[in-house]
Amino acid sequence: MTAVLSLEHVSKGFPGVKALDDVSLTVEAGEIHALLGENGAGKSTLMKILCGIYQPDEGTIRLNGEARHFSSYRDACAAGVGIVFQEFSLVPWLSVVDNIFLGREPRNRLGLIQRARMMAEAYELFDRLDIDIDPEIQVHRLSVADQQFVEIAKALSLNARVLVLDEPTAPLTPTEVERLFKIMRRLREGGVAMVFISHHLEEIFQVCDRITVLRDGTYVDSCAVTETDHDALVEMMIGRKVDNIFPPREPRNTNAPILLEAEIGMKHATHTDSLTLAKGEILGFAGLVGSGRSELAMALIGAYPTRVAKIRLDGREVRFRSPADALDAGIGLLPEDRKRQGLILPFSCGDNITLNHLKQFYRPAPFLSRSREADTVDAAMDQVRVKAPSAETPVQSLSGGNQQKVVIARWLDRGCRILIFDEPTRGIDVGAKSEIYALMKRLASQGIAIIMISSELPEITGLCDRVLVFSHGRIVAELADGEIEADTIMRHAVTEPRRDDVSQPVTEDAR
Amino acid sequence: MSDSTQPAAVAAPRRQRRSRATRMLHSPMFFPLLGFIAVFIIMSLVNDRFLDVSNIENVARQGSVIGIIAVGMSFAIFTGGIDLSVGPVMALSGTLMAGLMAAGWPAPVAIAAGLCVGSLFGAFNGFCVAFGRMPPIIVTLATMGAAHGLALLYTGGYPISGLPSWFAWFGRGSLAGIQVPILIMLLVYAAGYVVLHHTPFGRYVYAVGGNEEATRLTGIRVPRTKMLVYSISGLTAAIAGLVITARLMSGQPSIGEGFELDAIAAVVLGGAAISGGRGVVLGTLVGAMLLAMLNNGLNLMGVSSYLQDVIKGGIILLAVYIGRGRDA
Repeated sequence: MTAVLSLEHVSKGFPGVKALDDVSLTVEAGEIHALLGENGAGKSTLMKILCGIYQPDEGTIRLNGEARHFSSYRDACAAGVGIVFQEFSLVPWLSVVDNIFLGREPRNRLGLIQRARMMAEAYELFDRLDIDIDPEIQVHRLSVADQQFVEIAKALSLNARVLVLDEPTAPLTPTEVERLFKIMRRLREGGVAMVFISHHLEEIFQVCDRITVLRDGTYVDSCAVTETDHDALVEMMIGRKVDNIFPPREPRNTNAPILLEAEIGMKHATHTDSLTLAKGEILGFAGLVGSGRSELAMALIGAYPTRVAKIRLDGREVRFRSPADALDAGIGLLPEDRKRQGLILPFSCGDNITLNHLKQFYRPAPFLSRSREADTVDAAMDQVRVKAPSAETPVQSLSGGNQQKVVIARWLDRGCRILIFDEPTRGIDVGAKSEIYALMKRLASQGIAIIMISSELPEITGLCDRVLVFSHGRIVAELADGEIEADTIMRHAVTEPRRDDVSQPVTEDAR
Repeated sequence: MSDSTQPAAVAAPRRQRRSRATRMLHSPMFFPLLGFIAVFIIMSLVNDRFLDVSNIENVARQGSVIGIIAVGMSFAIFTGGIDLSVGPVMALSGTLMAGLMAAGWPAPVAIAAGLCVGSLFGAFNGFCVAFGRMPPIIVTLATMGAAHGLALLYTGGYPISGLPSWFAWFGRGSLAGIQVPILIMLLVYAAGYVVLHHTPFGRYVYAVGGNEEATRLTGIRVPRTKMLVYSISGLTAAIAGLVITARLMSGQPSIGEGFELDAIAAVVLGGAAISGGRGVVLGTLVGAMLLAMLNNGLNLMGVSSYLQDVIKGGIILLAVYIGRGRDA
């Protein structure tokens, strides 16, 4: 059986970096092939070459044994290669069916769009995938998962024989991941060859057939899923053994003084949630995506509209009108979406790091001392081990993990007493993850109180002293010590909160 | 940073800089300067009077009013905004200065009042943009009309003359052999440069243009930054009003029509991204001088003013086309 897709001895360099060095990948029909590697290992670069977005310096792409050259994404699509990007390429205000056929709408003899034909084809595609989405609905009204399924449908409508899924599961809830896998298995039966990228190794074992591992732009190995296990894969990816990615647990200090007490009611909700945070503790916000965790965190720093916001810091009542007020009081938030909410992309690493504490570098105010700024940046970048050629490197040229480290570096040595990490390890490889965990632990041991919002249960159970579980926009459970277990958290996260356990009178569904 | 395992030697290599050639090529000034030099050479080849010292000085002086306005416009554009009201604000401040002086007020007070009104007008723009959360292009489009109306109301539609003769110094005088309008322009650019590159506020200007949401979440007071940006734009328009009123020795309520477009052109020719976050104020100076040089050169060549506009438009398009995407 010949391979549907083979990439042979591909190399690609960018100014100053060798992104790929002699990498090969072979995928057969009806196979789900996992592409593994740390951030910056070259996975995305390889996929962009496959899709004609980059041209390889060396090496060949073969489809069904035939050497092909793609000079653009359009070329690759026409040849039957489809890709679902990490950042979706759908137009939010167009309908599902308009998105699927965008740019190649079927037309009648007068040049007008044949809507009925588009609809029929869309229904046929959705039947094939066994998904139930209204083709007339505007894309922005769909859930992230449904948007992804539309992307897949779009790729298939182009008769894709090879489908690349670049970290499709990252924004999905566990149930949605199951639905995605169901679709992937269906496509496998239909003979589609798939390349699947994910940082969640469990998923690889659930759905994939074969695995190829890259490290630092080079090919490490390929094997069948059945021939390997979790630890062996991790070792292949980072080139050394990792015993435990979480720092050792220490007994919780139950006598630590309470730093923060908050009672928050969202603008359009009828209930209020209250929480406390002690000095030096790591408090987890667990729950499904969209359960109100990030909103509550944002409300804490004055970045989200609230109806009630009683916040006491060290027993003193405070009021935050904006994140700047919260920063003045020593509370910082590292947002969920680093590109949209965290980084100033046109800025260098250094300028990103010092942005919110420039006043430390006054030479006489209001002028800045560049050299003092540079010293601090160098130290901070070393502390979190940002891999970048220099502090002047534009932050947008870094890999996701290193970008996240830049965001973290911004908040170190700021004199903050409370740090809120929203999904600190999303899209980050194992090595960098364990560094970030150790760093959070170290900050906590220095007396900084940490709130960690995470959708990854191992992270919550492995790191938190106490956990608040969210469901449907409110806190439904508080767990501590021995109660912090994955299944307990999950059970609370999926329960509908009772109507009567609220401290405010309820008017019928104020939403 | 107390991490003693990180000796200074480890940190040192981060300081290493790109080679001089690459830095020059990647500098936002590269293409504007290239364009400037190209136009300069062409103009001096086709016209032998162009290179006269007095003519070069003319170019700089003629460009000074737009040049000064373009500094404030740079601030607005760097934050991802725009200020269309600069022309009428210039006229309003200028006529106010003239009117107060003609009414017998001491000149320093009259000038200060004009600068204050310009800044306050800008602050009002900034207030609407920052706290009213309205798009800058709409806000300043509305206040552009309003400022023009106010200037006409104040003057009754007639130019104001009868200014003290020494006031002409600001428009026609010279100091240490350099014409005063050019000196004022250079001072404004120097101040703009220092503010943008050596103060936290300057960094916030670029940060707001680069990613407003991230800037807000990281604890920067974005509304305050924007207020200040539009106030600065109002102030530079008022300074331009001082120069042009002194040059003409009369307060003209309807002057400055279309100046906002020339100022925007200067900023864009200077290599700034209209979407914000990227650009340098010295590039704007190059852009403003490039425009002035075109005006002057084409005048010397006797090209009709209608055709001049067409040529200028073409050159702006060409410049933006060449500079496009190099920092994508």
